[in-house]
Amino acid sequence: MIRAAEAMVKCLEAEGITTVYGYPGATICPFYDELYKAGSIHHVLVRHEANAGHEASGFARMTNRPAVCVTTSGPGATNILTAIATAYADSIPLVCITGQVSTDQIGCDVFQEVDITGAAEPFVKYSYLVKDASRIPRIFKEAFYIASTGRKGPVLIDVPVDVQNALIEFSYPDEIRMRTYKPAFKGNPLQIQRIREAVNKAEKPLLCVGGGVFLSGAEEKVRAFAKKASVPVVSTMMGLSIFPTDDPFYLGMIGMHGLNSANTAMNNCDTIIMVGARVGDRAVRSPTFLARNKTIIHIDIDSAEIGKNIPVDIPLVGDCTEILTELLEGEYTNDHASWLDDIREIKNKVSTNEMTEGYINPKVFIRKLSDSLPANTVCVADVGQNQIWTCNNFRFKEGSRFLTTGGMGTMGYSIPAAIGAKMADMSKEVVAVCGDGSFQMQLMELATIVQEDLPIKIIVMKNKRLGMVRELQTVNYGDRTIAVDIDNYPDLVQLANAYGIEADRVTTMAEAEEKIEKLVSSKKPYLLECNVYKLESTL
Amino acid sequence: MKITVSVLVENHAGVLSRISGLFARRGFNIDSLAVGATNDPTVSRMTIVADGDEHTAQQLEKQLNKLVDTIKVRSLTDEELIARELHLIKINAQPAQRGEILTICEVMGAKVIDMTPATMTVEISDSPEHIASFNALIEGYGIREVVSTGTIAIQKGSLTIK
Repeated sequence: MIRAAEAMVKCLEAEGITTVYGYPGATICPFYDELYKAGSIHHVLVRHEANAGHEASGFARMTNRPAVCVTTSGPGATNILTAIATAYADSIPLVCITGQVSTDQIGCDVFQEVDITGAAEPFVKYSYLVKDASRIPRIFKEAFYIASTGRKGPVLIDVPVDVQNALIEFSYPDEIRMRTYKPAFKGNPLQIQRIREAVNKAEKPLLCVGGGVFLSGAEEKVRAFAKKASVPVVSTMMGLSIFPTDDPFYLGMIGMHGLNSANTAMNNCDTIIMVGARVGDRAVRSPTFLARNKTIIHIDIDSAEIGKNIPVDIPLVGDCTEILTELLEGEYTNDHASWLDDIREIKNKVSTNEMTEGYINPKVFIRKLSDSLPANTVCVADVGQNQIWTCNNFRFKEGSRFLTTGGMGTMGYSIPAAIGAKMADMSKEVVAVCGDGSFQMQLMELATIVQEDLPIKIIVMKNKRLGMVRELQTVNYGDRTIAVDIDNYPDLVQLANAYGIEADRVTTMAEAEEKIEKLVSSKKPYLLECNVYKLESTL
Repeated sequence: MKITVSVLVENHAGVLSRISGLFARRGFNIDSLAVGATNDPTVSRMTIVADGDEHTAQQLEKQLNKLVDTIKVRSLTDEELIARELHLIKINAQPAQRGEILTICEVMGAKVIDMTPATMTVEISDSPEHIASFNALIEGYGIREVVSTGTIAIQKGSLTIK
């Protein structure tokens, strides 16, 4: 017999977990005590529970396996809700463990009690409130299985403190079978054949790739398919960096903040093959309109996404990797030559950017930055103008990876996600791009960076505005700007220095290259503040 | 259009709130939801009647299927289903009216389960349409209280949902 809290640690060990992100409190102390005794799992102490979730998210996205975050009950648990919802919106596999008050006190409104499984219900893939300690091994096995299969997502395990202290027999199940949960992997062969024929028949086919491609690990397969079937490619925000920016087949990001070239291709094509993309409103504003006179092919692991937002001609449920493997076995005789000529013409129309004297042009800066960074860079963009500047201007190379929160648009994601990404693979260069608004929602994580000794590079686009909302107010609300000025403080260089992080500021384009060089060559954490004009536009 | 869906789910705590939460957040309008254990005590069966078009029906089925606790989802067409509801109805019934009300009950297949000098309480278990006809007949006497279950439905013939 062992303590259930020890069993929880053993479950994590059995799942190959080496790092957990968390913040302790009274009701999760038995688990922390067993973490201490086991010494096998590195616990990263964050500075706010939401960041435990985002750091686990960054880690999970790089490893494509569930990552673990831990908090105490009540406020600890509610603080991590935003991170759980963020992971849910982007289908990121997480296992979140929360402490809960003692079973006999549940429902009595005792200190730090909250119904967290109830609160999280709309945005978890599944949740458990553990009442029987002997079920812990099975629950953990199920949680990892559910989080990492089908359409991935966060799973919450809420464990009352007395349950953690109970004694149980421990044996970890080798495999799990659930009569209720059977994710589909293989695609229907008839539909696969129909897709092959549709691609050959199409005069102007277009491939639209989304975050599901990463979740399935199908990046190489989808690149090979585009090439083999001679189909040009656009990407959603979550699909950025599947294709290198300079790939001749590739046109960039679609959507309301996307590139003209990509949107033009979406409008002009006759067949769209959506792969792991859920046709979100920011990517496709009028799906029904778009679908007119086009053949829509939708490949997704979640059948509920197919037909939800856009009428579909050929639906195909299954795992992208499996389906693309099948598709690659087809014969593709149509080289779509004249369509590819059109595409090249669209792609060549690169917009020029005006420079504002005495400021950094963020778009040009991001291009220069990406050119100076190595191919194995992981770039994490936050939310707001900085995100769009990065999406549209960061030139991804083969081996680069882009991370952002596309679904929820959660400010304060970039630095914690960068921490998780860096810890998942220390050989990668990791750079976080944020604005001065979003930076201040996560600046406490500078302490975590120093504590964990992580050479992460941080770019802060400082325009002293909540720029995207400012722009919205200017355009849609008669320029009645309110609650968007964030003025000239704090001094970010001093602030970073106070945490022991080297920092610099860049105010003119003339010095940009030199400052970028300094940032890139630094072997330590580094923050660079970019002085951006307050009315700089998003696009 | 009316959509009737049978759902087999795990019979454990939290499942009903997951399902009702799903309806609320996806904006489905449900007319009724009835749930009870089946011959396998680990499985509950729900009958959900909702309002919506073809697209809603499809989404409803898919979203229900996506829930981890769901074992099976099956939409039932009006032609293939037998539907029942149970209503308990307290009617104003002075001694002079009892005879008429009893006749209506007898013809319509309702059963008197309680009586006071001024009221009668009847139960009727039948299709929603039949119960509506019954209600129309007794309305004139004055209905004091109605308690009803949601619709439950099963397929006609030997077919089963497992």
